[in-house]
Amino acid sequence: MDMKKENDSTHKTLSDNPNDTGTSEKIIQEVTSSDYKYGFVTDIETDIIPTGLNEEVVRLISAKKGEPDWLLDFRLKAFAHWKTLEMPHWAHLDIPDIDYQAISYYAAPKKKESPKSLNDIDPELRSTFNKLGISLEEQMKLSGIAVDAVMDSVSVKTTFKEKLAELGVIFCSFSEAVKDYPNLVRQYLGSVVSYRDNFFAALNSAVFSDGSFVYIPKGVRCPMELSTYFRINAANTGQFERTLIVADDDSYVSYLEGCTAPMRDENQLHAAIVEIRAHERAEVKYSTVQNWYPGDKEGRGGIYNFVTKRGLCKGDHSKISWTQVETGSAITWKYPSCILAGDNSTGEFYSVAVTNNRQQADTGTKMIHLGKNTRSTIVSKGISAGYSQNSYRGLVRVSPDADNARNYTQCDSLLLSDHCGAHTFPYMDIKNDTAVVEHEATTSKINEDQIFYCNQRGISTEEAVGLIVNGYAKEVMNKLPMEFAVEAQKLLQITLEGSVG
Amino acid sequence: MLIIKNLHAAINGKEILKGIDLTVKPGEVHAIMGPNGSGKSTLSSVLAGNPAFEVTDGSVEFYGKDLLAMSPEDRSHEGIFLSFQYPVEIPGVSMVNFMRAAINAQRKYRNEEPLSATDFLKMMREKRAIVELDNKLAGRSVNEGFSGGEKKRNEIFQMAMLQPRLSILDETDSGLDIDALRIVSQGVNQLKSDQNATIVITHYQRLLDYIAPDFVHVLYKGRIVKSGGPELALELEEKGYEWIKKEVDD
Repeated sequence: MDMKKENDSTHKTLSDNPNDTGTSEKIIQEVTSSDYKYGFVTDIETDIIPTGLNEEVVRLISAKKGEPDWLLDFRLKAFAHWKTLEMPHWAHLDIPDIDYQAISYYAAPKKKESPKSLNDIDPELRSTFNKLGISLEEQMKLSGIAVDAVMDSVSVKTTFKEKLAELGVIFCSFSEAVKDYPNLVRQYLGSVVSYRDNFFAALNSAVFSDGSFVYIPKGVRCPMELSTYFRINAANTGQFERTLIVADDDSYVSYLEGCTAPMRDENQLHAAIVEIRAHERAEVKYSTVQNWYPGDKEGRGGIYNFVTKRGLCKGDHSKISWTQVETGSAITWKYPSCILAGDNSTGEFYSVAVTNNRQQADTGTKMIHLGKNTRSTIVSKGISAGYSQNSYRGLVRVSPDADNARNYTQCDSLLLSDHCGAHTFPYMDIKNDTAVVEHEATTSKINEDQIFYCNQRGISTEEAVGLIVNGYAKEVMNKLPMEFAVEAQKLLQITLEGSVG
Repeated sequence: MLIIKNLHAAINGKEILKGIDLTVKPGEVHAIMGPNGSGKSTLSSVLAGNPAFEVTDGSVEFYGKDLLAMSPEDRSHEGIFLSFQYPVEIPGVSMVNFMRAAINAQRKYRNEEPLSATDFLKMMREKRAIVELDNKLAGRSVNEGFSGGEKKRNEIFQMAMLQPRLSILDETDSGLDIDALRIVSQGVNQLKSDQNATIVITHYQRLLDYIAPDFVHVLYKGRIVKSGGPELALELEEKGYEWIKKEVDD
């Protein structure tokens, strides 16, 4: 990430709005009394290495995973580079000091035996999934989704693998990919997000635990949504997922990532990397519903989510589309971006970011136009409640050679209280006269008249807020695959439950 | 069904209603008229439970229950409907979703199962016809981009959906052309029965040509200063409010 904090171009906050009356106060009170709904801890034996980070730890992780030398080498280079870096502070975030030596960098559920069917999976684990409403059986039977469930750092179960294999689609854990498809991994690892990219990318590259690997061969349209549920489970354990998706010429894949995390007192660090490559005429759709533990109402605990997500539209006419619904984490630092290198390539970013209580989010995207006739669309919907801070940060860059580049940015903020902040930091760096770049921004507040109108029709305030918020976010929600949209809608409502008195 | 006694209400500390007494029985239509600023809309807001207003004295009983102790949504569930003078726009929320939430909230309050999608849409179709609201409007966001007339028709449509026991029509005629006025009034008349009652709040007699009141009350300075039959409305139309103001102020 090379975005620098510049002037706060459209700083919006409601704290000095004289029109706010008692309802807002009630909102805040109610909001702060709502608890995180997914707070539970699974009791599974976990293999954790001691806290601290040094070269030995990096070697130990690599050894535990039985990695080849080239991968160890990659980790060590990344670690050496990381040591030269300092944590970035340009985001509109108040980040407490993180003691990187107090974190354990590896936790794996203890292997009894690798599971062959669902019956072999730890019953505890299965009941965790059931509590989350994502039982594997249901998923397999009903929705046709192949689920690569990541629990802590090691993949527990990969489904539908055989069926996908018939088409030549590879969908497996990152560790398996390293063993089974070393050449592919070696070819593409770090080719979109270099370990030199930023502080957290370097950290992830040094200590990444596991993640997913997807390869869609030439001309294959992946027949099902590929889905991974991430979940932090071991206390005091950093989570360093790594996802690599390669879509070869004329292929298509839709990938879903969703996460919930159990309640914790300590802060937990999450620094993931997602790399996507789309070759000639390939299309990748990446959807996220993020619901990590946001901390309590006073801002204690909660996940620190520092994610580097980037897609490379390598081929002509390729397309990468990011859709995210961000409701969790104490701190979110995340800018899913597209490098539009191929001519006529397209990048999209659709985002709903909800912050409540003391949550902070600084999220957005970068659209880098390099090829000719490249197009990008950015739709960002921020929703702030309580005392939270919600920032959109986006960069649209058009390089000198990118003739006829086109960007449309829409950036909306919805405020639910008069103590929260909504900020937008749009950057534009246009080096080609033929570019057409549009930016629209709005700020609105759910007002008492709307709530009373709903109340008069018999709709409770809570439900009214749900209706209005989901209506506001509809444009983005509609981009989610159907299975996900329902869950995401539920999440929005849960997150803002009781947010208006 | 409705017994209002000595009702006082204020907004931002300023007293608007200064002792209202009114009794409404099932099957009746009451018209409340009065000059601007007399407190007509405040009365409707207070009955519906708008939190912006503070009740400072008096009582309101609705079918034996203390209306003032109920939340706005429970008042709705109990059968109070307010047709807003200025219906609120709710961008992004479709009329279908909005009405479905409203209907199912009402059913839940009455311990009834939610309506199935099929039954609900059928009901939408039937009720829409009453105010000649077309399907496109029903698919749009609540009141967003509706003309003045469409908004008022939409209010009566919602009234038809929720089947209230007491409907309060707050200046429903304002901003309506003659055709819309006819459609809206026909809708209201069609929904009238001996089981429900209507309070029509209006500045002009015009609406009362279409919706015939049984009783007419004149509100002035926060009090009902005169009550009578339909002929009182005609008298007001002819002579204006000045003579009443004079009577009261003297």
